[in-house]
Amino acid sequence: MRYTEGLRDPRAARALAEGLRRELDPRRRYRIMEFCGGHTHTLCRYGIPGMLPANVELVHGPGCPVCVLPISRVDQALQLAARPEVTLCTYGDMLRVPGREGRSLAAARAGGADVRVVYSPSDALALARARPERQVVFFAVGFETTTPPTAVVVRGAAAQGLGNFSVLCNHVLTPPAIDAVLDGDAGLDGIIGPGHVCTVVGTGPLVAIAGARRVPIVVAGFEPLDLLQAIGMLVAQIEAGRSDVENAYTRSVRPEGNPKAMATVDEVMEVRPRFALRGLGELPHAGLRIRPAWAAWDAERRFELVDELVADHPACICGSILRGAKRPSDCRVFGTACTPDTPLGACMVSSEGACAAWFEYGAPR
Amino acid sequence: MCLALPARVVELHPDQVATVDLDGVRRRVSTALLEEVAVGDYVVLHVGFALTRLDVEEAEATLALFAQLAADDPAGPGGR
Repeated sequence: MRYTEGLRDPRAARALAEGLRRELDPRRRYRIMEFCGGHTHTLCRYGIPGMLPANVELVHGPGCPVCVLPISRVDQALQLAARPEVTLCTYGDMLRVPGREGRSLAAARAGGADVRVVYSPSDALALARARPERQVVFFAVGFETTTPPTAVVVRGAAAQGLGNFSVLCNHVLTPPAIDAVLDGDAGLDGIIGPGHVCTVVGTGPLVAIAGARRVPIVVAGFEPLDLLQAIGMLVAQIEAGRSDVENAYTRSVRPEGNPKAMATVDEVMEVRPRFALRGLGELPHAGLRIRPAWAAWDAERRFELVDELVADHPACICGSILRGAKRPSDCRVFGTACTPDTPLGACMVSSEGACAAWFEYGAPR
Repeated sequence: MCLALPARVVELHPDQVATVDLDGVRRRVSTALLEEVAVGDYVVLHVGFALTRLDVEEAEATLALFAQLAADDPAGPGGR
């Protein structure tokens, strides 16, 4: 592909790593968090931590929507899937996420529930159109990147007068999650910013964080050279004592983001006063819900779902990993009781989870 | 979940739908989130939606920078 191949060249990777080595102070430590789970996987897959000087530490962040979704919300999906009239549609990663007592949507499906994996929310809408006798619910998860498509299908359902379609909205927002990580004990010197989130919201929300928290942020693409470049820019900022937002993903990210996508979301959804994220706890303004004007397509209202707090599996340390306080290897069930086939926690399930990355590619370095 | 890939628009259809080409694989995607889109544009795809247009000039500048770094690599062109 024209715009991916040139971003994986190992010679350029070596040159970037060498440039970084010249730039940094060997006497100090640099703790840099990649917020996105997608970044975590690129880093692990291409062995980037091993190319970096030993005093540059990469800390995995909470930017994996499947990982930060609390069990109580998985439970709501399980409640819906148990209803005989419901066809529950969701992204593939959600199927194996363990809910209460280890139950999952995959297990519900094996037990006869009508649970479908969709690639796009449009597929769920099309299913509702094709099956008017079914109540089709789209179990929506994702950060700002994934939210606009959900808003488009809610609007589409309204335009088409589809009374048998609704959305269980679990969309979450990155700024409160970044703030919560900075409040914790991760001890960060810099942050690799969420590239695809910024294609939608632009760099404005990050500018506010970098300014208030005095932490440099560099927005990065998802290819290995993108990440090496961003790490180099962060080290340069740290050395210069700056805390700016810089954009290393100029091919996709405009400072103003995508105004049409933001307007679409704003039309259909509003910020919840509080929303819980696994590992980070209940945070103000961290989640979105469907606006009352679109209540007819809101599964929470249609099915009167309750949100009841459920504890994670006692052996699982996903919460600490998502805060950047612990690493997958600190977990005593990592790779033993908890594997991608038999996950105890969401970080092992998701294609963006830190534990899944370590299991797949080995511990970095 | 935030995985998104660039693809080239090859055909526009009614109702904000386009056919894109991703390394020879063709897919129908929604362009409902873009102000305007034309055949030949590169778009960034996410869950069946074009999320933004790829800025080809910026992409070429980034590629040129990395190509220069690769050419300067002490291991040389054979060092791949």
